[in-house]
Amino acid sequence: MAVKTGSVERLVGSYQAWAANGASRVPAWLKDLREGGIRRFVELGFPNLKQEAWRFTSVAPIAETQFELAHPASRIPHLEEIQPFLVGEAGDRLVFVDGFFAPALSTSLPGGVRVASLAQALRENPETIQHHLCKYAKTDERPFCALNTAFVAEGAFVHVPAKLRVAEPIQLLFLTTTDRQVVVHPRNLVVVDREARASIVETYAALAENVYWTNAVTEIVVGDGARVDYHRVQRESNRAFHVAATQSHQGQGSTLNLHFVAFGSALARHDIGAVLAGPGGTLILNGLYLLAGAQHADHHTTIDHAADHCQSHEYFNGVLDGHSRGVFTGRIIVRPGAQKTDSKQTNNNLLLSADAHADSQPQLEIYADDVKCTHGSTVGPLDPRALFYLRSRGVGENEARRLLTYGFAAEILGRVEVAPLRVQLDRIVRDRVAQP
Amino acid sequence: MPGKVKRETGNALLEVKGLRVAVAGNEILKGVDLAIRAGEVHAIMGPNGSGKSTLAQVLAGHPAYTVVAGSATYDGKDLLALKPEERARAGVFLAFQYPVEIRGITNSYFLRSALNALRKERGEPELDPIDFLQVLEERVKAIGSDDAMMNRPVNEGFSGGEKKRNEILQLAVLEPRMAILDETDSGLDIDALKTVAHAVNQLRSPDRAFLIVTHYQRLLNYIKPDVVHVLADGRIVKTGGPELALELEAKGYDWLRDGVMVS
Repeated sequence: MAVKTGSVERLVGSYQAWAANGASRVPAWLKDLREGGIRRFVELGFPNLKQEAWRFTSVAPIAETQFELAHPASRIPHLEEIQPFLVGEAGDRLVFVDGFFAPALSTSLPGGVRVASLAQALRENPETIQHHLCKYAKTDERPFCALNTAFVAEGAFVHVPAKLRVAEPIQLLFLTTTDRQVVVHPRNLVVVDREARASIVETYAALAENVYWTNAVTEIVVGDGARVDYHRVQRESNRAFHVAATQSHQGQGSTLNLHFVAFGSALARHDIGAVLAGPGGTLILNGLYLLAGAQHADHHTTIDHAADHCQSHEYFNGVLDGHSRGVFTGRIIVRPGAQKTDSKQTNNNLLLSADAHADSQPQLEIYADDVKCTHGSTVGPLDPRALFYLRSRGVGENEARRLLTYGFAAEILGRVEVAPLRVQLDRIVRDRVAQP
Repeated sequence: MPGKVKRETGNALLEVKGLRVAVAGNEILKGVDLAIRAGEVHAIMGPNGSGKSTLAQVLAGHPAYTVVAGSATYDGKDLLALKPEERARAGVFLAFQYPVEIRGITNSYFLRSALNALRKERGEPELDPIDFLQVLEERVKAIGSDDAMMNRPVNEGFSGGEKKRNEILQLAVLEPRMAILDETDSGLDIDALKTVAHAVNQLRSPDRAFLIVTHYQRLLNYIKPDVVHVLADGRIVKTGGPELALELEAKGYDWLRDGVMVS
């Protein structure tokens, strides 16, 4: 499907108007970054089905819809309205409404950790931002990441200094409230320094079932010996478009546990990149997509073993109902010299209806000889043996189906260590599974 | 039939008559008769491919099997007309030869769901996790087991012995009236076998009947049956007391098979 070039021009026009307006008083390096982003986007254009990385996902619905840049919301929601999306109240919290920082809903506690909106941090700590921003999420082959970079202005900034242990999870909530067809480009930067420890929950949600487009990019930098538990919950409106890139970069002996859960959006594409840059790093990539109706979700993961003695374990489960479609691509690169790499990847897809569809493709590129890499994927309906097993114990057929479906999702959610988040996600899955 | 012991079958808990069963058009059971009274332990022995597991599975309601002819009456009910879950709720239990792994569901959640389905049927209140834990601990203690596997996903990563012990633990919690054990001894070393046998012996009661399907006699050293049947080529060819099992152990199955062919 050819994408009209008009849509690219429209976005460029919108960029120029935006850049000429309020975005003029920015430092030169940031201006260059944005200019580079829009140039790259124009060069790449919207992806099409002929491109290998996009052959299962058409972005024509995004390109053909006219989106306007969001304006600050006329009404900031009450705390009760955002309560269903929060995981406890004890930690630092940044809330963004229609792409704009909402200080009234946010909390920043005293202590060593720096949690601020990107715009504020750009004013107060431009050096740290300049040092890291756009250094990890490459725009070379990612038009949407390039577009996000063109519009870099707002998002979350988290900086955990060396050796600090942040007890409570830090929450980043991106909420869409407007009924206008807006696009938001949240840009998040998380820097956890040497031997520090933090848990972060990034949530995308909406107060109403509207059409809008989120184009988010998150960069996560994990210092030597640090440990980060990162959770990303995508529960956008079922009519929304969600495009995102999450890119992590790990130092020596660090641990990063990434959890990705996708429930929402009509069309979602998430590029997940993880670089194990120092020896002895550990990466867990834990993912779940639960789709129904006509939903389409595409997860592209790339794990880059750039150093020796690292391990990466990737588990992605998909539960697909209605005529939904789940796409999973799991690329693992083992660079020359990345000896003693231990990499394991599984992607299991449960098809709950005859019209649901899953594509699962592992891509292993191994350039070192002393490594252990395994991968496996399954696509299929509920296991009839398991169904009979449950029924033979007195569990009715429908309940047995629900239980097995729930278990398929619970296998992934059970690894989430933040208890209130696990409970929240568990409830969503139970509600979804309970529907006939 | 030569050698068949005459037995009183009037008040049988489970009565199977002329049962013929096919799978994928292939007739496996070719007319099985069986009567088991409450309190009795019956063993079904036979060579591989004789139809032992088919009998066990068809009684539990496995959908892959087609009943061609015959009947199975359990507690006065037409067992074959019931769905698998209805049989379980009526008190029939099958310990699987190959217990199934269920991802994401802990053993204790699974067992509580099953127990509550049974309790609901009996009009009893469902148990919450805390009440269930009490029942569980009591049952675990009764059979001399441990509950280390309760918080792990059902059968996932379990050793062969753990899987079989888990089946018996389910039996202990669900307290069926008709327990069918399908090759529970297969793949067990002698210690695991003793553990399982001990658990089964603890669960013997005047209200409960057992049907133990096994290829080898060795399990019957530890669980003493009241009646032993030999199944060969889809038919029960011999029925006797516990001594029949020893005879089979000594002589193998061939003499019986030959006898069938001759007659």
